[in-house]
Amino acid sequence: MSNVLRVLVPVALALIVGGLILLVLGKDPLGYYGFVVQRSLMRWGGVQETLTRMAPLLLIAAGLMVAFRAGIWNLGGDGQFLLAAVASAALAPALGEVLGRGPTLLVCMLAGTAVGALWSLIPALLKARYGVNEIITTLMMSFLGTSFANVLIKLVLRDPDTTVPQTRSLAVDDRLPRLFGTTIHWGLVLAVLAVILVHLMMTRTAFGLRLQVLGANRAAAVHAGFRVERLTIAAFAVSAGLIGLAGAVEVLGVWGTVRADWNPAFGLLVVPLVFLARFNGYAVIGFTLFFSALMVGGESAARKVGVPQHYVLVLVALLLLFLALVEYLDHSRRKPGAF
Amino acid sequence: MTNDATQPGPVPSSDGATPAVAALRRVTKRFPGIVALNDVSLEFHAGEIHVLLGENGAGKSTLVSLLAGMQAPDEGQILIGGRPTAIDSPRRSMDLGIGTVFQRVLLVPSLTVIENLMLGGSWLRRLARGAALGRFQELSALLGTRMDPDAPVSGLSLGEQQQVEIMRALWHDEKLLLLDEPTSMLTPQGVADLGRMMQRLKDQGVALILITHKLIEAYEFGDRISVLRLGTVAGAIEPLRLKAMNEAQRTDTVIRMMFGADVRSGAAADQGHEPELEVLLRRTLRRASTVDRSQLPALSVQSAVTAADFTETSLRNVSFDLWAGEVLGIAGVDGNGQKHLAEMLAGQRPLRHGRLELGGADITRGRVPERRLRGIRYVTDDRLGEGTVGTFSVATNLVLKEIGAFPYWRHGISDWDKIHRSAREQIRRNDIRTPSELTPVGKLSGGNVQKVLLARELDAEANVAILNKPTYGLDLHNQRLALDRIVAAAARGVAVMVISTDLDELFEISDRIGVMFQGQMVGVVENDDAAADKIRRLMTGAAAA
Repeated sequence: MSNVLRVLVPVALALIVGGLILLVLGKDPLGYYGFVVQRSLMRWGGVQETLTRMAPLLLIAAGLMVAFRAGIWNLGGDGQFLLAAVASAALAPALGEVLGRGPTLLVCMLAGTAVGALWSLIPALLKARYGVNEIITTLMMSFLGTSFANVLIKLVLRDPDTTVPQTRSLAVDDRLPRLFGTTIHWGLVLAVLAVILVHLMMTRTAFGLRLQVLGANRAAAVHAGFRVERLTIAAFAVSAGLIGLAGAVEVLGVWGTVRADWNPAFGLLVVPLVFLARFNGYAVIGFTLFFSALMVGGESAARKVGVPQHYVLVLVALLLLFLALVEYLDHSRRKPGAF
Repeated sequence: MTNDATQPGPVPSSDGATPAVAALRRVTKRFPGIVALNDVSLEFHAGEIHVLLGENGAGKSTLVSLLAGMQAPDEGQILIGGRPTAIDSPRRSMDLGIGTVFQRVLLVPSLTVIENLMLGGSWLRRLARGAALGRFQELSALLGTRMDPDAPVSGLSLGEQQQVEIMRALWHDEKLLLLDEPTSMLTPQGVADLGRMMQRLKDQGVALILITHKLIEAYEFGDRISVLRLGTVAGAIEPLRLKAMNEAQRTDTVIRMMFGADVRSGAAADQGHEPELEVLLRRTLRRASTVDRSQLPALSVQSAVTAADFTETSLRNVSFDLWAGEVLGIAGVDGNGQKHLAEMLAGQRPLRHGRLELGGADITRGRVPERRLRGIRYVTDDRLGEGTVGTFSVATNLVLKEIGAFPYWRHGISDWDKIHRSAREQIRRNDIRTPSELTPVGKLSGGNVQKVLLARELDAEANVAILNKPTYGLDLHNQRLALDRIVAAAARGVAVMVISTDLDELFEISDRIGVMFQGQMVGVVENDDAAADKIRRLMTGAAAA
């Protein structure tokens, strides 16, 4: 079965079964899907919103591609994302007074990347040195990270001029520049480039191949003489760095500030997309577009049709389920019993 | 399962007397692309050891999975006690009195012997330790084993673990015992113990099926030998006929069945040495040594000590020299430090004390890449575990240890065209049987995976080659090919160290043979006529010769 079919069949099945669930709930599935498409893809404003939403998702996906391919379960994306967002939100208004707009944005993005990478250091060291399971450590660090971000906003970085605790706002003119008179910021271009570069890095470079060997068979990596500890730490750093960059881009491009208790929780949302795409960068871009449209459209469609906003997640779950199912059936159909 | 009821009485066996404990009647099993078993009929009788002999891919493992209830035949019937029976699950297989000991140990390492034996009872029943201990004693007496029922399995030797497996297979008084290549992991002593156990079981009226690809075991243990080739029964020797033959006749008959009549003429001609038949039987052909030991040794190991670890014996003060063009065999019962020795030399395991010199240069601190650059090569015995990445292509695995190096990488960028082109060349030159260079290496047969490793390690730049159990798990043909390549490398001037538990193999290819015992090299002897005795003494830990 061709790769395209293997993706399209599960998508179709997920939409059909998702529709059936809506029917059972007494809602109009065609209406729901119609709203989703209309809101996110048929109206110019919706398209811009969809594409803008893609930027952080793509950067996170790029980060996860590196980690997952290297066999590292970086599930601490939310903490890395938020801390980086807070760091760049705090830096930008202050730096903006000293440096110009360009350097300020650049420094803030680098700072976000560094903060994200730094927040993965403890899980990375524990994994590299002692083989401690990174699923546990990255999740724990993520809880700590999100809480720590809140503490920073409320106690240290709070803008005294606002009633809601938040960082000082970056003026709209000082944020990431817009693309050709749209509301989409340049972060999208950066994110698309990042995904493609990561894809090329993983498939066309020695570093990428080493990471893949590490992910596929750690003993073989040791046997072949790779510096496994360094590679592990490097994979963590690149992964968390890209996720940190996502946080910086979202703040510098869209919000200009971080409010206390703000947590879009993109980190875990992107995980299934990366698997759906089988770590292929181009497929990641396609799936992220699809998912952004669902997110953007789903929010208003849910309101109109009267289902919970998170119904989008039901669709994603169905999609994963059917993808796995189709994969399994396809696999068992052609798998010879012996060689 | 309903077959039992619908069939008339027992079908008499071909002997006419009592029905066979189990039998296959014209069984065919297909997998996409291949016929694993083609119209196979076999009988297994009480009080008889039926040896199934065949090369890798002959259909032995498929046969096991049919009787163990893991696969169902496409055509034909399985008869249990003369009745056609569907064995549709492993549980059903056990209920029918079939015990199976698989090739790999399937015990829970953290549990004790008795706990492992109590697993597999029904869900709701209480674990009855008293009754289990009673059964354990019964089986210990039956098998003639002495084991502490409360010892954790992780602390047992492989031979002992296999004894536990056999006990488990016989736990419910099974009447048919299947042993799938039981000797592949055992020491000579372990094989002898296993032979005694099989004898006792046979006397108790158990029907045994022994699956192996070692001829010597077939003669030693078998009452009846059937030879499988490419999914068919290529021939069988009935007990009466087997008794009447002498060893040479048996050997000749079996070899003919295993490899067909073309063995003598075909392959032997282009190899240019003794007739293949002789070679397959390992009539010891000692190499004429041409090593000049007045030169500086290629590799010099001085008082090597490695850090202790939980699973493998560490090195305690190992010293020896290895000269260019020489094959140094390393004998010893498995687990006496051989793995540490190989890994230490390859650079995979650091030295705690001691010194390592390559052609006079100190390389004690070098890691794998530096040592590889200097020409040290290591063929691991764990071919799929660490030697290759099973899901990656043959081409990638061929360059696994060169990642990042010129000419396949420039400035860290992969030149896949060049990698694939070179892989095609290697595949052709080394006769690696694979659909293409892009095929995942894990899909190849064991012999071909080993060819990939040998191609990667015994390249033109190799100076020192360390091979750990290079023929382990290979069929005769591929064992032969591997040994030929090793000898050819030595002839080119490579200093070769071969670790093996197969003494005959070492006698055949080595110039000298060293013996490892409890982490020490207890002696290195010239491979002459007196070597066998000295080595056997050294292997038991007797003082150095």
